[in-house]
Amino acid sequence: MTAKATSQATWEQDVLQADGPILVDFWAEWCGPCRMVAPVLDQIQSENGDKITILKLNVDENPDLAMKYQITSIPAMKVFQGGEVKTTIIGAKPKFALEQDLAAFLG
Amino acid sequence: MRQVIIIGSGPAGFTAAIYAARANLNPVLVASSVEVGGELMKTTEVENFPGFPEGIQGPDLMARMQEQAEKFGTEVLYDDVTELELDGEIKKVTLGSGTVLEAPSVIYATGSAYRTLGIPGEERLSGHGVSWCATCDGFFFRERTIAVVGGGDSAMEEATFLTKFASKVYVIHRKDSLRASKIMQERAFANDKIEFIWNSAVEEVLGEDATTGVLLRNTVGGTTSELPVDGLFIAIGNDPRTHLVHGKLDLTTEGTIWVDGRSSRTSVPGVFAAGDVIDPTYRQAVTAAGSGTVAALDVEHFLAALSDGTTAESALV
Repeated sequence: MTAKATSQATWEQDVLQADGPILVDFWAEWCGPCRMVAPVLDQIQSENGDKITILKLNVDENPDLAMKYQITSIPAMKVFQGGEVKTTIIGAKPKFALEQDLAAFLG
Repeated sequence: MRQVIIIGSGPAGFTAAIYAARANLNPVLVASSVEVGGELMKTTEVENFPGFPEGIQGPDLMARMQEQAEKFGTEVLYDDVTELELDGEIKKVTLGSGTVLEAPSVIYATGSAYRTLGIPGEERLSGHGVSWCATCDGFFFRERTIAVVGGGDSAMEEATFLTKFASKVYVIHRKDSLRASKIMQERAFANDKIEFIWNSAVEEVLGEDATTGVLLRNTVGGTTSELPVDGLFIAIGNDPRTHLVHGKLDLTTEGTIWVDGRSSRTSVPGVFAAGDVIDPTYRQAVTAAGSGTVAALDVEHFLAALSDGTTAESALV
């Protein structure tokens, strides 16, 4: 299962109003490490579809959101719950390390 | 059976895979789970790889190398090596998933990892203004002030690249001259947005939740001063990635894996090394690719000799 895209237009509904935990992957076409971590996130989504929803936000197309969440390094992954940021992960990591960082949500 | 396990997915690993696959050695390449492609994944335009007069993007070059390796039958695994058993005739490579790969030969081509400054604030503000990847993070510093630490080619490349976004880029260097190649230096010197701060070392990264500046110490006079910046890009070189083979393979005084003369043969028979992990000097995509070729050819000779000598009790069934 591939992580779906979100955007400024649907942000409120996709992320802030959502019930369960939402992991937003801030990424861009030109970011090599983002390309590397994308398939890992897809895998985590496939295996944990009932526990967490993973969405991708293209920072090129949505610069205002990138600025609002003070992104200065990508890939950056933020887990939202109840409209608030609960966890921030910066940089591409191996699957087991991401799973560790997300243990509270994948439980 | 699998004849060779290649560890590493930069130009050395994939070039070794192309040669090994074409020689019917049935290679498996462990690409790592997130660092597939190696250092070139962090670069933009590669202008010095022969055959690409118009230049090619680093990640595209790596994707093409991988495609070429797979075309001839290389199996690529997106996993990390956690343990190595290199002593016996059959080498065992354990992966993060628990899978154990076995083959009579291994090519070790893990490349190098970026160096850190080891100063206060560096780790805490990593991802909050402190970065090692201009192509990844430069975008977020539009109209801001940035400092780049380093005096080599990668520092010049980063500084020049960052002027696309930043209003001002300082290059901080410990000495009063650069190690970078002439063309990279000239490009940086000619850029109006770049200002050099010579004879200076970064002592501390300043800021609470975000980088606000750096503390500099003059390496000649010893005086300190603060330089307000919004971002700090660190480009002070790389160290060979050898932690998995400490105590298993001989290393050189420079920390690279020791190889026999111009070959790729390490101190353990059947184990070969290639690319930045054996090269303290040149560290180019092309030299790494050449080194990968050497390793694949050495493996071929090694296996041929092994099967000549041990046909009856051969481990190479």
